[in-house]
Amino acid sequence: MIPDLVSGVLFVPLLAAAALALIPGYRLSAGLNMLASFIALGFALALLAADRPGPGHLLMVDDLNVVFLVLNSFVGFTTSAFSASYIGHELETGRLTPSHIRFYHAMYQLMLFGMNLALSANNIGLMWVAVELATLTTVLMVGIYRTPEALEAAWKYFILGSVGIALALFGTILVYLAARPVVGEGMDAMVWTTLAAHARDFDPSLLNIAFVFLLLGYGTKVGLAPLHAWLPDAHAEGPTPISAVLSGLLLNVALYALLRFKILLASNPASIVPGPLMMGLGLLSLIFAGFMLYRRRDIKRMFAYSSIEHMGIIVFAFGLAGPLGNFAGLLQMTMHSLTKSAIFFSVGHVTQVKRSQWMADIGGLTESHPSLGWGLVAGVAAIAGLPPFGVFMSEFLIVSAAFTREPVLAILLVFGLLLAFGALLLRLGDLAFGPVKGLIGPVKASSVPLFAHLALVLLAGIWLPPAMVAWFQHVARMLG
Amino acid sequence: MRGLAFDIAHMLAGFLVLASFLMLYQARLFALLHVLALHALVLALSVAWQAHIQGAPHLYITAAIALGFKAMLIPWALRRIVFQLGVHREIEAVGGIGLTMLAGMGLVALSLEVMLPVTAQADPVAREDIALALSVVLIGLLMMVTRRNAVSQVVGFLSLENGIILAATGARGMPLVVEISVAFSVLIAFIVIGIFLFRIRERFDSVDVGALDQFRGGRQ
Repeated sequence: MIPDLVSGVLFVPLLAAAALALIPGYRLSAGLNMLASFIALGFALALLAADRPGPGHLLMVDDLNVVFLVLNSFVGFTTSAFSASYIGHELETGRLTPSHIRFYHAMYQLMLFGMNLALSANNIGLMWVAVELATLTTVLMVGIYRTPEALEAAWKYFILGSVGIALALFGTILVYLAARPVVGEGMDAMVWTTLAAHARDFDPSLLNIAFVFLLLGYGTKVGLAPLHAWLPDAHAEGPTPISAVLSGLLLNVALYALLRFKILLASNPASIVPGPLMMGLGLLSLIFAGFMLYRRRDIKRMFAYSSIEHMGIIVFAFGLAGPLGNFAGLLQMTMHSLTKSAIFFSVGHVTQVKRSQWMADIGGLTESHPSLGWGLVAGVAAIAGLPPFGVFMSEFLIVSAAFTREPVLAILLVFGLLLAFGALLLRLGDLAFGPVKGLIGPVKASSVPLFAHLALVLLAGIWLPPAMVAWFQHVARMLG
Repeated sequence: MRGLAFDIAHMLAGFLVLASFLMLYQARLFALLHVLALHALVLALSVAWQAHIQGAPHLYITAAIALGFKAMLIPWALRRIVFQLGVHREIEAVGGIGLTMLAGMGLVALSLEVMLPVTAQADPVAREDIALALSVVLIGLLMMVTRRNAVSQVVGFLSLENGIILAATGARGMPLVVEISVAFSVLIAFIVIGIFLFRIRERFDSVDVGALDQFRGGRQ
């Protein structure tokens, strides 16, 4: 049963990528893109319910990665719906040609394949290859406009991403070296479930160094300061649907890889505790991004910094660990994915109407485009951590967990949160209210994906389904 | 015999570190590309020797990739790019050559200091290979940081990646090494094609990364 469902999640995007590379028409390919993402989502949801047999040498599904797979497929689907109208507009205005769009759709599905493969891999080598694949496809999509800025962003992302990925591979090799004396030579020493079962007996000092490399390597992809330099450019210069999946999904995939290795370290008593390292990097990212938010003039760049801020909070929460810290981290990650992609949906339409990403050219959105403007207001309110949205709840949990465990760090955390809060609301005032600025053309786009995400975030803030709470609590215990 | 096999493995790994140092003090791009070819050649020999002593025939594929792709095709392609783009033939380095060399030595000392005590339980070949491989990786990073020119940054990345392949082949019995070296080759091919595409689009006057930065203009 299970191999079929997992291969559904994997092969639907792969086959769709091949088919989309051959289909010339824009309408047909955008439709197929949505359909394939929807079918993949169906398979991912079925994974939740199905019984799971034991893990294989290459793939596995457990309670941890099924959360990521469902989230990935869901945001992948809604973004494909947003992308259909966004890309249609780009075609009309001539920023993209039909052949670009064919390429774009094929890459989109290939990226979903890479991410799903990384999430369902039970082999640290395969996971690495899959993360590389997902990175490459996003690099190609970031550079798709072929403007000097887009090429620069793609180049920077490429070089920094490659260095990150190379360091992660070095860490992976070190994990293999640590495992080999215990597990034996060959494939077994790279199978994650085998590693996790024997991690207690691994050489702790080798494992420590391996984790430092993995943290730097995958941390580059998570966008942790000071390794974040690629992230704002890649978000600002690529097509907005790609900004949405970068923030909402790809950062999570890299974080997931890091969490897998953290579990290995957690089950080895003699190794360093990864918590302080993660908390330190997380806080640094949060506070750094909080300050940087004030100086942004480009709207997509601003929300890219907000992603760095939130990844910092999430990494901090996982570094704090314990049942509450991990639970809050998982919740925050889910809420951030949903909210940030919703924000990018509305920002995408806004920048298309205004034909500018400069915040100076955008103003009074609630007056000129009510549904879009209020959607943005709700999204920014949610991401800034205002009640009654879900982010408020997860941030509240993280802060209270931090106060009981690390009061000093908790003060820094609250400082960072307030810093970012102030910056976001300051900008929101000009964007959404105040005098109308810039072009006021009509929006020819469906706002269903935007409001679907916001509704979910609102629902989570008011009432979390008990089944989901129980599931997250279970996963939080797994994470140690 | 056993001792000789180890000695040859160490000698080849040591040569790779030396080749990395050779890269650090090249002042001309073409000379740098020649050293890159040498670097990949040494890697190919080293991987082939590991394949021989470990009795792992699949590693010969990795050695062949290193020889054909990295020692011949890539330096040739980069050379063509330098010709066609009219890139400055002199390498502009941040900081002096002497300072970079000292930093390189510091990095080698650091990696030996870090890796040798840690890998005490690992078998001797893997142990010193990993330490030397880490030196190659760190020198590659140093080169990427201290060079302004995109082609020499790519050369730095290639040497970094050679170090990682050395580590992967030194870890006896590591699976997926061939697949990983193929994946890396794809990555490198993309990088080289990427530089080439920049030229085709004629968006940049040069592939000087400093020139890329100026496009940032006032964007925040």
